[in-house]
Amino acid sequence: MKNTIASRIADFLKNYPPFNLLQKEDLLTISKQVKVKYLEKGKTLFAEGDTGHKRFYVVNKGAVSLERINNGQRETIDKCDEGDIFGLRPLFAKENYLINAIADEETVVYAIPIKKFKPLSENNKEVGNFLIQSFASNTRNPYAEAHKGKLISDKEPEENQYQPNNNLFELQPAPVTRKVVMTSPETTIKTAAQLMSKKKVGSVLIVENNIPKGIVTDEDYRNMVATGVFAIETPISKIMSSPVICYPRGITIAQAQLTMMKHHINHVCITEDGTPNTKVVGVVSEHDIMVSEGHNPSVLMKAIQRSSSTNELKKIRHKITLLLRGFLASNIPLNHISKIIFELNDATIKRIIERCIKKLPSPPPCDFTWIALGSQARKEQLLQTDQDNALIFEDVPEEKLEKTRAYFLELSRKVNKRLNIIGYEYCPAEMMAKNPKYCLSLKEWKQQFTNWIIEPGSDEILLCSIFFDFDISYGNIKLSNELANHIFSLTKDNKKLYAVMGATTLRNPSPLGFFRQFLVEQNGEDKDFFDIKKRGITPITDAARLLILYHQVKNISNTAERFEKLAQLEPNNKELFLACAYASKVLQKFRTKHGLENRNSGRFIDLENLSKEEKIKLKRCFKSIRQVQELIKFRFEVTPYI
Amino acid sequence: MLNLFKNKSKDLPEFWENYEAKFQEKQPTEIAETRFVVFDTETTGFDLAKDRMLCIGAIGVRNKSIDVADGFEEYISQETFNPKTVKIHGIIQHERIETLSEEEAVKAFLKYIGNSVLVAHHAGFDIGMVNQALTRMGLPKLKNKVLDTVNLYRGTRIMSNLINREKSYSLDEIAETYHIDIKDRHTAAGDAFITAIAFLTILGKLNTDNKLKLKKLFRY
Repeated sequence: MKNTIASRIADFLKNYPPFNLLQKEDLLTISKQVKVKYLEKGKTLFAEGDTGHKRFYVVNKGAVSLERINNGQRETIDKCDEGDIFGLRPLFAKENYLINAIADEETVVYAIPIKKFKPLSENNKEVGNFLIQSFASNTRNPYAEAHKGKLISDKEPEENQYQPNNNLFELQPAPVTRKVVMTSPETTIKTAAQLMSKKKVGSVLIVENNIPKGIVTDEDYRNMVATGVFAIETPISKIMSSPVICYPRGITIAQAQLTMMKHHINHVCITEDGTPNTKVVGVVSEHDIMVSEGHNPSVLMKAIQRSSSTNELKKIRHKITLLLRGFLASNIPLNHISKIIFELNDATIKRIIERCIKKLPSPPPCDFTWIALGSQARKEQLLQTDQDNALIFEDVPEEKLEKTRAYFLELSRKVNKRLNIIGYEYCPAEMMAKNPKYCLSLKEWKQQFTNWIIEPGSDEILLCSIFFDFDISYGNIKLSNELANHIFSLTKDNKKLYAVMGATTLRNPSPLGFFRQFLVEQNGEDKDFFDIKKRGITPITDAARLLILYHQVKNISNTAERFEKLAQLEPNNKELFLACAYASKVLQKFRTKHGLENRNSGRFIDLENLSKEEKIKLKRCFKSIRQVQELIKFRFEVTPYI
Repeated sequence: MLNLFKNKSKDLPEFWENYEAKFQEKQPTEIAETRFVVFDTETTGFDLAKDRMLCIGAIGVRNKSIDVADGFEEYISQETFNPKTVKIHGIIQHERIETLSEEEAVKAFLKYIGNSVLVAHHAGFDIGMVNQALTRMGLPKLKNKVLDTVNLYRGTRIMSNLINREKSYSLDEIAETYHIDIKDRHTAAGDAFITAIAFLTILGKLNTDNKLKLKKLFRY
């Protein structure tokens, strides 16, 4: 029987080790036995202590993070993405898993039956070696060391203890790479250089039975080979620096940096006991230290601006999440956090647009502005949520309009797709620039807003609430400013609009007393969860938008900042507005913390897990919301519209 | 009439009775225990009466996992020449794929699906195609419960007047949204596989509270 699906799976697997080492027929036989598993974001595939599954796993799409609990802290050991294998323990030992495998995003994995695979790995030495090394080192692709026969350390290597954002960076253990490129002393300079080029490394370790004998770096090639001192057929041992500076595991970053400075080197070799007489365990390089320091906004910013692929941006995004987690853990003020995260998000969007423009066959036919809507525009997007965006292009002559729109739709389609890949989900209401409804010329946009504002039905108000909070991400600021002016001219003293918007604001009454209800309410589907977005964040955001529109204040879109501005404008309500600003921050922080914990949008909060203190805090927020809702009710005479 | 009704079971072939008997068994109520068969048919066209199936591809899904070993892929030999079948004939001849008669293929398919819940994209059409073939064989229609990924996908979309709720989504659109590789598009088994991945993804999206019940799926 023809088996299209198995062939498809084989087609995917053949690109990745160790499957690329298998015979075609064997691969197909294995593929016929594969199970394709779908994992929701945050789903645990197996946990520490679980009995070994009958299958091991290959990531087909998405990412799985391998974690282990260390002193009560979740510690990521490795991240597996497309083509990486994990969960190999049952293949070698009848022991329970020692790590947790958790889907970092929506993931599809192929589950390979161990019973069928084991004979193949036993018959094919290369496959077996690859698996043993993957397993032993927990690195996913230990190929850099695979060319050296016996590289598996005799003891199971300790996990890299490095954790970002904890205490002082310099006192962290230095990141140790176990993927060491090594060769023997007899190797010729030429072969060694080829090896280094192939592995794209700047140095190679010279070893004998895994005992470090010397090291050769790019600099040595410049000084001793390129100058003609040594011929390229000479054994590498002639030009190596010896002895190698060695340290035991657990060397701190500060120690490593000092050693490098002292000896003018950029690699420190890690051996079993820290002397050059025992086996190589790994290498600490200056580069890796720099990269690990990269959980730092300015380094990330540079990385974003230099990124040359969507995948790279996706990895950077992951680091941004780590950074956010660190910020929250160290209780840095939310204003500060949101600004930094906003800038990083903003840079990411800019970079994607830049790259997409280059991918198109011609430059943009006229000026345009890419605007972010909703939470990103309000600088409140800490977690990756949906993408809401739109595009304004300059007015062009009628006959060119559709052609121009076609260009920008194509651009938007590319940008939206890439934003989706790096983790911003498509907007479920299709409020994205790739939707022809939201890719309009300035004139069309003005008309659009006029229609919304003049006939404010409930749909129109919803659109207003989304589109009133916009912020330029890329392009000509004139266009977005002109649109903002247009909106203000339409909304000035527009009592009807204010009243309708006010009514919308009051649609979600503040849930004061919901804790008590919760205690009484024992049944019902959502009894354990509380929708913090609908009942807390949306009402307070709506209130801020309406009040700031009433005062015709431009260019402040952040809810907390809006309330702070309002406190200045209305000294008699200062206390209430400042309380609202505070409430807005607290609610955001709540959502972000819960989102990070549960790897979701953080929207639904499990009340049972809240501490007493958290409950009191939330309660205070809802009190402020209720007060500001009262104020709106009277100021804008909304009663007839409720 | 009454007589005919009584004798009904006697007139029907054994394989149909075996198929029917499976529906007497108690069926699971939890999604995790249910076997879904995601399937697709390649046909000569879209006319249920005139057009014929060229190929049936299907794959079993249980407990959020697609079991490749639990697959079905049969090609059906055509009695009459139809230009639309040329391409698939080409595949059949080129790869020396065995073909079955329509009757044999449907018989095998019934055995394969048993009482599983059938899932297809625009399910009405594929179910209709199989039912037409059953009618030609003098048999009743399929008895399985059916889910349509078009409706399920729609269920993942928000309730909003701003988007067209009636819109019918193509498999390509869904694959683009979920980043599903569409390599074997337009082969029955390939489409069934894409639909199966989409189906799992949709289940994940609908199952936000981990309490999604099988019953609820049929309401989308």
